[in-house]
Amino acid sequence: MSEIRFESVGHRYGDRIVLQDIDLALTEGKVGVVGANGSGKSTLARTINGLVTPTAGRVTVDGLSPAGHGREVRRKVGFVFTDPDTQIVMPTVAEDVAFSLRRSGLGKAEIARRVSEILCRMGLSDYADHPAHLLSGGQKQLLALAAVLVREPAVVVADEPTTLLDLRNARRIAAILATLPQQVIAVTHDLTLLETFDRVIVLDAGRVVADSAPGEALRQYRALCDDTGDDTRENTYDAAEPAHG
Amino acid sequence: MADASHAPAGLYWPGSSVLHRLPAAVKLLGLLAGVIAIALIPRWWQLAIAAAGVALLFAAARIPLRVAWSQLRPLRYLIPVVAALQIYLAGWHTAVTVCGTIVLAVALAALVTLTTRVTAMLDALSAVLRPLRRVGVDPDRIALLLATTIRCIPLVAGIVAEVTEARKARGLGFSIRALGAPVVIRSLRAADALGESLAARGADD
Ligand SMILES: Nc1ncnc2c1ncn2[C@@H]1O[C@H](COP(=O)(O)OP(=O)(O)OP(=O)(O)O)[C@@H](O)[C@H]1O
Ligand SMILES: [Mg+2]
Repeated sequence: MSEIRFESVGHRYGDRIVLQDIDLALTEGKVGVVGANGSGKSTLARTINGLVTPTAGRVTVDGLSPAGHGREVRRKVGFVFTDPDTQIVMPTVAEDVAFSLRRSGLGKAEIARRVSEILCRMGLSDYADHPAHLLSGGQKQLLALAAVLVREPAVVVADEPTTLLDLRNARRIAAILATLPQQVIAVTHDLTLLETFDRVIVLDAGRVVADSAPGEALRQYRALCDDTGDDTRENTYDAAEPAHG
Repeated sequence: MADASHAPAGLYWPGSSVLHRLPAAVKLLGLLAGVIAIALIPRWWQLAIAAAGVALLFAAARIPLRVAWSQLRPLRYLIPVVAALQIYLAGWHTAVTVCGTIVLAVALAALVTLTTRVTAMLDALSAVLRPLRRVGVDPDRIALLLATTIRCIPLVAGIVAEVTEARKARGLGFSIRALGAPVVIRSLRAADALGESLAARGADD
């Protein structure tokens, strides 16, 4: 497995602090990241391949920083986004996967072989010449995953890859991610996806508040959410008080 | 608009006919020659022969009538206007030739799109543009630009369909003005996301 290292990483958009004091070394095969909306999960994931350059500290993948070695890091790290629609570039399924290898220097025959192999693995062989934008949401996400995996990255970072999918497709993507030989860093709100993971990191307001095996981390995350729930209830109660008095 | 399958560009019709297997560059040159030839035809009966030839090509490529028709459908607004204008200005004879020329040229172009994968087209384009490398033009970039432009047609069509449906769901009717802002904002956001995913896939490397 690769080593993804965060050294005192912080990030701010203008005055808004989004990430703070992140120190992590991710070497496990399957790492999950959970946290409330706006807690900084996507920002954290994006720093791994340089889509976001942190305003403090540094991120490295096997010692390489995306700032200095962008191309090498992007070769190593594949990224799956939430919305499958904006990950499709080419008109047909096979062409879209082949697009990932456009600059690989491989021959046409070798590209075609790899494309059909990965489409087979994703169960999309029958759709090779199908217009990509007419696939179902689940199939589009499988296509996006295929387009990432065909480059044979060492790490797959996925930012809420199942959020827009129905239960069946979400489970399918989750099952594929869980069994990939690659290192997987998955941001998700789908806690069942993480049950088989090696390590789960909980973010809250840009800080790591829990970091352990999934059972323990998810218990802490649920407790955190319950606390917030209590806050809301108290507030409602307070607001209602004057009416009683 | 809701059915993006009618998007005119980038619609490849899979097949293994001679036309499908012909190199893209040959087809593009053939298209150029064909359109010029059609434009130079002076008589309507010669045009009729050319039309029969184009129909034969569609048959040879095994394009179903329904698919061929969907390619010409966008012309249904243009042709009556051109015809009326030509009849008024130059008589029905010229009107038939001009309209026939337009229809045939579009049909030929459609035939090339239907039988050529965009990838093949882009490769041909890159090859044609290669000499421009010396003056600082990157042919691959231009090909990529074209690919993303083609991709944006169904993407934006989908956004328009969704925004229209959202208005309907709230009991509001169709309105170009009310459609404008959300469509533009969501399109820009989609373009941003597409750019990010291109970068992540190493399109820039
Ligand atoms: N480009 C940006 N410009 C300014 N602020 C941003 C930008 N991107 C994100 N933010 C802000 O940074 C914070 C963290 O965003 P981020 O997307 O990392 O959260 P998240 O944990 O992924 O949330 P979600 O679960 O909703 O996806 C949010 O408050 C968000 O509004
Ligand atoms: Mg997010």
